[in-house]
Amino acid sequence: MRRLALAIMVLSVGCAPAGSSSDADVAGGAEPPELFGFGSPASTERIAIWDIDVRPDGEGLPPGSGTVAEGEQVYLMQCIACHGPTGTEGPNDVLVTREPWVEWPAGRTVGGYWPYATTLYDYIVKAMPQLTPGTMTADETYAVIAYILHLNDLVPEDAVMNAETLPAVEMPYRDRFVPDDRTGGNVIR
Amino acid sequence: MAPDSRSSISRRTWIAATSGAVAAGLIKTKADAVKLVAQEAPTPPDDPTKIPGRFTSEVGVRAPEERPRRLTRSQTLSSSSRTPLQELQGTITPADLHFERHHAGIPDIRAGGHELLVHGMVERPMVFSMADLKRYPSVSRIYFLECSGNGGGAYNRERMPVEISPQALDGLLSTSEWVGVPVKTILNEVGADPAATWILAEGADAAVMSRSVPMEKIMDDALLAYGQNGEAIRPEQGYPLRLLLPGWEGNASVKWLRRIEVTDRPTMTRDETSRYTDPLKGGLSRQFSFFMDAKSTITFPAYPYTLPDTGWWEIQGLAWTGRGRITRVDISTDGGQSWAEAELQEPILPKSTVRFRHLWNWDGRESLLISRAVDETGYVQPTVQQLWEARGERTAYHNNQQRVWKVAADGAVTFGLGDLV
Repeated sequence: MRRLALAIMVLSVGCAPAGSSSDADVAGGAEPPELFGFGSPASTERIAIWDIDVRPDGEGLPPGSGTVAEGEQVYLMQCIACHGPTGTEGPNDVLVTREPWVEWPAGRTVGGYWPYATTLYDYIVKAMPQLTPGTMTADETYAVIAYILHLNDLVPEDAVMNAETLPAVEMPYRDRFVPDDRTGGNVIR
Repeated sequence: MAPDSRSSISRRTWIAATSGAVAAGLIKTKADAVKLVAQEAPTPPDDPTKIPGRFTSEVGVRAPEERPRRLTRSQTLSSSSRTPLQELQGTITPADLHFERHHAGIPDIRAGGHELLVHGMVERPMVFSMADLKRYPSVSRIYFLECSGNGGGAYNRERMPVEISPQALDGLLSTSEWVGVPVKTILNEVGADPAATWILAEGADAAVMSRSVPMEKIMDDALLAYGQNGEAIRPEQGYPLRLLLPGWEGNASVKWLRRIEVTDRPTMTRDETSRYTDPLKGGLSRQFSFFMDAKSTITFPAYPYTLPDTGWWEIQGLAWTGRGRITRVDISTDGGQSWAEAELQEPILPKSTVRFRHLWNWDGRESLLISRAVDETGYVQPTVQQLWEARGERTAYHNNQQRVWKVAADGAVTFGLGDLV
């Protein structure tokens, strides 16, 4: 027993936070510290490398720009093999529809379903092209987004996408998305 | 070539061949499987008491006759595999049979170099190594994890399946003992702004899979999990670190977690807008539908099993709810005309699977077996007609309808919901 108690004490001391001002360890009945301090400060530079997400108000969008015409060239190089010549043929996700969403969406396409244009940037810059993700420049990303939006009749042929214009693109079905109203209890929703 | 390596290669070839046979549907019955084993496996001694057994080993393997397998889909970069529910016992899923769902392949990540960045609306942005995280006070919890698309294969009236197993229909469900650090411990450490209402969780896979999660859930029971069923989380489940949101749709429990940004609004990532939203009748789509409502399914008897005989059989299955505890499971053996309460196996843990049992004396007539779960909020697992009425018929996420199994007079079991719609 004595040896066990000693072992517990040693373990407890071993777990005490570095620089803790606490005068007793947990086994002695003291509360754990407010902060443990395990981990390192993250520098601004370090955060900038990973903080690449983009939000609907445009926060996170980098400098740069791209046109529909430039985007067509990017599309032909990077996207056509999986999404087809006009964004409708697959074999992977269909990107384009001009059919309206009446009762049911015609597909989960950019023009027929997606509620936010900024999601295109957030997704493409992280996950596309599928076999070489994260390799497109900001200009290429803006350009291919302009092209995809144009294929969906959401921006004109002379559109330029950048940090100001992309969040301003009106997505037709944004207001169709409603919060979850399921609550538990004896209700079927 | 040394005899040892030759035999090991031939064994590997044999395993590949047999699992290929299973995948190709060549093994239809237990008898077929036994034939394969009889041809290829080392012959066991006639009397194991008359020959010494083998030595100890560093890593165990299953008995030669036991070969549960995940059901894999096409080998594409965004894919899934399903847990063989009808072959498992109890509630814990062996880690190597836990369902898989990933959007750009399973990344090769070493724990030694993996770090979690926590920043945004915090006083002290910080980076945590795995060693740092493991030094924080840990907790262990048993929770189910389920893809929101699970069960979607039996929602469409025109395409109601018949020859479908519990694995093929509901195998995007697994249960594990998860070990990790409460996320709120780490948010306390970085000094999260009390005005923050969401976080963004981001993975280190090739899709940089990201989801926004409400702060309320994070501060309730969200875990930074690194352990699963007694060992490190498997690569397919997010090694070395994943977010674990108990009772919520699996996609939001971001795997290979590398970054948490504390925010005051959702980011509206692709997987919370164009995917994992649920179109409803009336031209609307339900967003942030995180909760997995109460479900149950009978795993025995179920397709592809055939009851060889009339008489006493133990109906078994699993029930689960993302809203807390299962309180009751009802069983019908006559297509829903009469119901009896099943026995629930203790302990009944919140946001975990519960095994239920019901003794049934089969008289040899065609029978429709149904299970119906009730949870602690009073929610009753609905019929498919109730879901169609509430949601319309062209959505498939979060399909928690009552599952039906038909036992034919010859004992063959198929999915029987089509008989009731």
